[in-house]
Parts: sequence; C-alpha cells; structure tokens
Amino acid sequence: MREYIGDVMGESNVHSLDTSTAVHSIQDKFIVDKLDLYYGTFKALKEISMNIKESEVTALIGPSGCGKSTFLKTLNRMNDLDSTVRIEGSVLLDNKNIFTEIDVINLRQWVGMVFQQPNPFPKSIYDNIAYGPRVQGITKKAELDIIVERSLRQAAIWDEAKDRLHKSALGMSGGQQQRLCIARTLATKPDVILMDEPTSALDPISTLKIEELVLELKKDYTIVIVTHNMQQASRISDKTAFFLLGDLIEYNTTEEIFTNPKNPKTEEYITGRFG
Amino acid sequence: MPNKDNQVLQDTTKAINATILRAKLLDTIMTGVFYVVALFFLVLLIVFATYIIVKGFMDFDISMMAFDHRGIGNQLFNTVYLVILALLISVPLGLLSGIYMAEYAKPGRVTKIIRISIETLSSLPSIVVGLFGYLVFIVMTGSQWNLFAGALAVSILSLPIISTTTEDALKSLPDGYKKGSYGMGATKWQTIRMVLLPACIPQIMTGIILAAGRAFGEAAALMFTAGMSTDINWNSTNLFSSTHPLNPFRPGETLALQIWASRTEAIAENSTQIANLCAAILMIMVFTFSISARYISQHINKKMIGDNK
Amino acid sequence: MQDNSRVIRQDISWKIIISLGGFFMIALTFALGFFLFYRGIGTFTTYDHSVFEFLFSSTWAPADSHDGGGKVGAAIFIFGSISTCLLALLISLPFSIGVAIFMTEISPGFGRKIIQPIVEIFVGIPSVVYGWLGLTVLVPVIKDVFDTQYGFSVLAASLVLAIMIFPTITSVSADAIRSVPKNFRQAAFGLGSTRWQVIYKIVLPAAKNGILTGVILGLARAFGEALAVAMVIGKTKVFPVSILSPTTNLTSAIAADMGGAMDGGEYNIALWTMALLLFFISLGCIFLIHYISESDGENI
Repeated sequence: MREYIGDVMGESNVHSLDTSTAVHSIQDKFIVDKLDLYYGTFKALKEISMNIKESEVTALIGPSGCGKSTFLKTLNRMNDLDSTVRIEGSVLLDNKNIFTEIDVINLRQWVGMVFQQPNPFPKSIYDNIAYGPRVQGITKKAELDIIVERSLRQAAIWDEAKDRLHKSALGMSGGQQQRLCIARTLATKPDVILMDEPTSALDPISTLKIEELVLELKKDYTIVIVTHNMQQASRISDKTAFFLLGDLIEYNTTEEIFTNPKNPKTEEYITGRFG
Repeated sequence: MPNKDNQVLQDTTKAINATILRAKLLDTIMTGVFYVVALFFLVLLIVFATYIIVKGFMDFDISMMAFDHRGIGNQLFNTVYLVILALLISVPLGLLSGIYMAEYAKPGRVTKIIRISIETLSSLPSIVVGLFGYLVFIVMTGSQWNLFAGALAVSILSLPIISTTTEDALKSLPDGYKKGSYGMGATKWQTIRMVLLPACIPQIMTGIILAAGRAFGEAAALMFTAGMSTDINWNSTNLFSSTHPLNPFRPGETLALQIWASRTEAIAENSTQIANLCAAILMIMVFTFSISARYISQHINKKMIGDNK
Repeated sequence: MQDNSRVIRQDISWKIIISLGGFFMIALTFALGFFLFYRGIGTFTTYDHSVFEFLFSSTWAPADSHDGGGKVGAAIFIFGSISTCLLALLISLPFSIGVAIFMTEISPGFGRKIIQPIVEIFVGIPSVVYGWLGLTVLVPVIKDVFDTQYGFSVLAASLVLAIMIFPTITSVSADAIRSVPKNFRQAAFGLGSTRWQVIYKIVLPAAKNGILTGVILGLARAFGEALAVAMVIGKTKVFPVSILSPTTNLTSAIAADMGGAMDGGEYNIALWTMALLLFFISLGCIFLIHYISESDGENI
C-alpha cells in the first residue's frame, strides 16, 4: 500500500533539496472536494473544498461548534469511531482517496493526531513512544531504542525524559505530556500531523514550547492545527481557514486572513466581535 | 518529508505492510471469536431455560401442585411467605443503613468499617449464614426449625443488596435536589423523606426485586433454619398451632430446599419429577423477577426524561 | 416557633435512628464473626487439636460426642475446595473476559440490549438449579463421555462453578473496561492500531485491576458455594487422582453432615472450624480487593 509514498518521496526529495527556489511547486498534500459530513441528520460540514499544502502549517479557526475539529478528524478518519457519522465527497491524500483507496490503519499511521487533552497511555515513557512502532511490527530493542530517542529529541523533550524513560508517563506535567504525545505520534513516521487544539489545556510557557516545536517540525511534516487562539494561528501558520457553522468561509495565507480578510464575517471574528 | 534512503524506506514499508496485514487478519479473527463467545452464552441460556422448563412440565400432573405431602403447593406457599417475611425485616434495615452511608456517614474510620462490614456480608457464603442462623435463632432460642428463623437468615443475605442499591440511588441524584430543598429551609430528614427518597424509589424497587429473587432461590441458608419438612393443616384456625399456614414459627421447607432434598435424600418414587417441577418453577420466577426489575429501571429512565421536558 | 422545634426534634431523632441502622451493619458482621470464631476455635481449644493437623492432615474421623479424641484433618476438603475453584476460574476466565470485551468494545448496542440481561439472568438462577442441571445433565454426560463409574467429579463441580462465577467476573470486568478513559482508545486508534491491538495492548492493561477484582469476587463466590457443588462432586473423602475422580470440599461437608452431628460435639465443632475458614477466605478476598483498589494508579 505504501509503495506510492516511496515514489512521492522521490519527488519530494527534489523539492527539499531546493525548497528556496521551488516554492510554487509545493505539492498538495490533501485535496478536499465537496466534503459533507452528517451526525445522524445534522449536517456538520457543508461542501468543504480546500487544498492543504505539503510542509506548511495550516490553521483551522472559528467559534466552537463550527466544524473545525470535525473536519480535522475527517482527515485521518477518526470520525469512523462514531457510528452516527456519514460522509459524502472526497478527500485525497497524495492523490489517493482516503475513504476508498487507502486502508484506515495505514492512513492513521501516516496522518498522526495530537489531541486537545494530553492523553499518554498509563505506561512508561518508553512504552508510550514504542507503542506505534510495535504495532507496526518493530520488536527489536536496539531499533526501538533508536526510534524512542529520535522521536523524543524531535519533540524537544529528550532532555527532560532521558533519565526517567521507564517511569510512568502520567508523572509528567501537562506540557511535558503533550510533547510526549507529539513524540509518540512522530514515532510512527507520519507524513502529516493533525493537532486538535493541542495547547488549550496548557499554561502559557508550555504553550510557547509547543508552538516552537510546531515551527521546527514543519520542516519535515505537513501540519494541520485547530486552534481557538488567533494569536497562535497568526504566529505559527502559513495558511488559515476560517470555519463558521459548518461552512468554510475563507481560506488564504495567514497574512492575508489577518490583515486583509475578504469576508466581513472573517473580519468580525478575527477582530473579536464574536466567537 | 525527511531525507532518507529510498531503498531502506521501501524495505521498511514492505515489512510494515506485512505486519499490518497480519494485524488486520488477527483483528478479524478475534472479532469473530468474541461474537462466538457472546452467542455461546445466549444459546446456553436458551437451552438451559427450555430444558429446565420442558423437563419440569413433561410429567406434569395436577396432583404435583397439591397443597399436601404429595405436591409442592405447600413449599410454594412457604417460599412466598418466607420471602415476604425476609423483606419485611431486611427492607427497613437496608434502607436505614443505605441512607446512613449516602447522607450521614462522614469519611473516616467508622465509615470504612461499616463499608467493609457491608461488603463482608454481601460476600459471605450462604451456608455460613445458615450455620450462624442455626446457632443463634434455633439452638440459642431453644426452638425447632421454623420459617421465621429462615427469614432472619435470608435477611442477612438480602440486607447488603438493599443497602447498596439505596446508597447508590441516593448518591446518583443530582446535587440540585438537595440544595433546592435546603434552600427552602427544610431539615435534612425532611429533605430525605420528601425529596430524595421519592426520587429514587424505582431504583430501590429494582434492588428489592433482586433481593427477593435471591431469597426465592436460597437453599443453603435455610437447611438448618427453616428446616426440610413442612406440615400445614389448611383448615387450622389456631394461629399458634404448629400446622397453621400463617404461623411463622413452624418448619417451612421451600421450593429450592425441595430440589436439594428430592435429589439427595428423598425416597418417594416421584421425587425426581418433583425436583424437576421445582426447578422449572424457580426458573420461571427468575425470568419474572429479572424482567420486572428491568421494566422498572427502564421506567425510571422514561420518567427522568419526562421530568426534564 | 413551637412548630419549628418539633421539626428539629424530629430531624435529630431520625438522625439517631438512621445512624443506628448504619451501625447495625457493624454489629451484625461482628456478631457473625464472633459466633463463628467462638464456635470454630473449639477444635483447637476444647478438643485440643493443632491448626497444623486441621489444615494439613488428611485423616478425618472426628468423634460425634463431647469426649473428643477423633482426628480432624481437613486437608482433603480444603484441597477439594481449592482445586475445584481454581479449575473453575481457569475455565471461566477466558469466556468471562471475552463476553465483557464483546459487550463493551465489540458491540455495545447488542451488548447492552441482549448480553447484559442474559448475564443478569445467569446471576439470578438459584444455586440449587445449577446443581440440579449438573446432576441431571452434566454428571451423566461426563460418565458416558469419559467412561467413568459415576460421573461425579472435580470436573463436574468445576464446570458448574465456572458457569456460576461467569456473571460476576463478566460484569465487574465490563465495568472496569468501560471506565478506561476514552482518550486512551482515541490515542491508540490515532496511531493506527486495529481494534484488537487497542483492546489487547491498551484497554486490558488499563483495566487489569478492575478485572482482578472481578476474579477475586468470582473466587469468593466459588469458595462459598455449597449445594450446587455438593450435588455433583461425589462427596467422597479421598484426594482426587484426576479431574475425573470424585472428591469432596468444605461446603459439601458442612451441608451434608451438620444436620446429623451432635451440637457441641467434636464433629459439629470441626464443621464450625470449616465455616470459620470459609469466613476468613471471604474476609481475605474483601481485604485483597481493597488493597488492589488502593494501589490502583500507583504501580503502572
């Protein structure tokens, strides 16, 4: 199933060699076309169409209940766990339809997710990180050791975790737990990381650390982040999409959205007049 | 996208794909296994119930229901009478201790001892309760086997059930009920009696039915208390006569005990058929109790939703 | 004002009555414990046997009189109880946890509407009815299939017990599995696990203390079960040579012999000592459960 990723890798290697000059040819990671989503009879997403670029941070903003989290969960089919959900339209990941052409288990390994509440397993730090690779069938200790260290380093938590790898992850602070969850996601070697309000449960200093981490990670990963914090969106994202009542109202570069919104509703929201 | 050697990546990719295929196959197999196990118990219950009831009524003869030594009418009457007596004793006591644990108990050593006491009572082997009852209610009072002693022994078994359901029911009520009542100047007891208890009557009823169901089928606790014989004179008019049906101080064998007696020590030629019939009647009672408990607890849900409108 | 004081007096008197109801539970439990202890200790004080003899000797010949002088080695009964209970647990555990997983993780809807009521009905079936089923179905089947003399056996007792403890283990385990936080499952699915991987690697380990509690409650029920076991175990006072041979256990002995033994005699008191042992076992189970729930969350 993953062979084609290898092909795409070949191309993307070319891009990453000269990203400075190849800005215009950045690939579309996701192509979402006329996506409708229903909870029972309630239509939660209405004809969403948008392209999400590779190696960029795309922020989804909007008042609560606008569908931004629902949309995010569609991208790795976490909505499948809710049996009342029905979806129409298509989402392509690297030009393959995620509902028909990609297996859901593979999809979730390539499109990782970080949740609103840090949710480490009640296991040791090491076992948390090694969970994904083990599920993928990697059992050799030496190999796991390398993955665990690399993932923790990438998530900038190695220094805090290295002396307590075999202690419970639940003993860490909220901010550390969230970076651990990011490291856990990285260990499955995803292409895309989805983040669902990853800092809403954290203090300002931990939030800052996560934001720095996101900027670091975008060099290697495509990141889609839901946030209700507009400063956060403007600080870390390249593109911003504004959702309202299940509609995608406006989608543009973050700079445009925040300085020169086209839609009056967007302007009202970002200037804090509602939401 | 990280810069990695394509060949290595593709190799890992192939290995991972093989693992995923295996994992998915195992997932499908295990899902099948779980369905088989669950359906096994569904089928098992249907087979049990059909077998017990069909076998019980296969050789049915109306004389087997007779209210004399040939039939089990007296045993049926004794069972119902004993359950009623046991509930009369255990319901008030169970309610009191349930209310205490939910509303009055303060966290601390005493409360912990009460909780462990209730748990101990609920996990006591019924034969041990039977022995205790035999010693305290029969030997120490110097009486013969009697229904009342049996009812007391069974009460010890149903007390913890009623106490815990009452406590759970009270604790699951929304905080607002209590605050609302206190806010109008009601005392604690008034709040409990007029607001809290009425609101959890259906749950408490469910608990009482479960306790009654358990009492109905109890045998080990009754062997040495209610006794394994019964002699009722339905024409007796003297309540204090040892053969008057309503005299609780007479020996009173129940249906469950009859099964034990018929299958282990009876000599009557139709004792097996009698045991079969008793088992069938007990099985029907189990279904009746279980369905009515379920009906009542569903009734609460409807009522609660209705209240919210 | 007068009316108000009446209400307050009423409030206080009910507080006293209700508190008495709560303390009655302690009194009752202590009374039970006291009488069991007072009677059961007689084997060691009045009739001067050693605890070692009672627990480990297999010579069972107590005198049915106040003179004493018999032998009270209960090892066969104790071994019978332990072997049937452990075998029952071994048989019951995979099925019980399987059903618990089915009704929580695989098919919660069908689980709640069909399987949950079935489990509750299994709880409600009286133990004599299980014994009756064992006697009329299981014992003849074992006799025919394994070609043994009677069919009464450790296996028959264990199978009957296995069905009797299944609902306890299932419902306690199902509660434990349900209380595993949803976000553990989300995270595991999000990392690309199959459902079985989520169950096996995340949900079951997180619910292990609750499942252990169910197992202990099930064992407690098995140890205390009397009549159902007594009807199929064969009540033979020898150590079983295989799971197909008959033996006896603590509860069967009490059920069968208490009625005939002379009150206060050595035989009678030895049976009380067995009851005391059963009481200690169920008390031990309760404390074990408390210990597990207190250590919950500490040793991950």
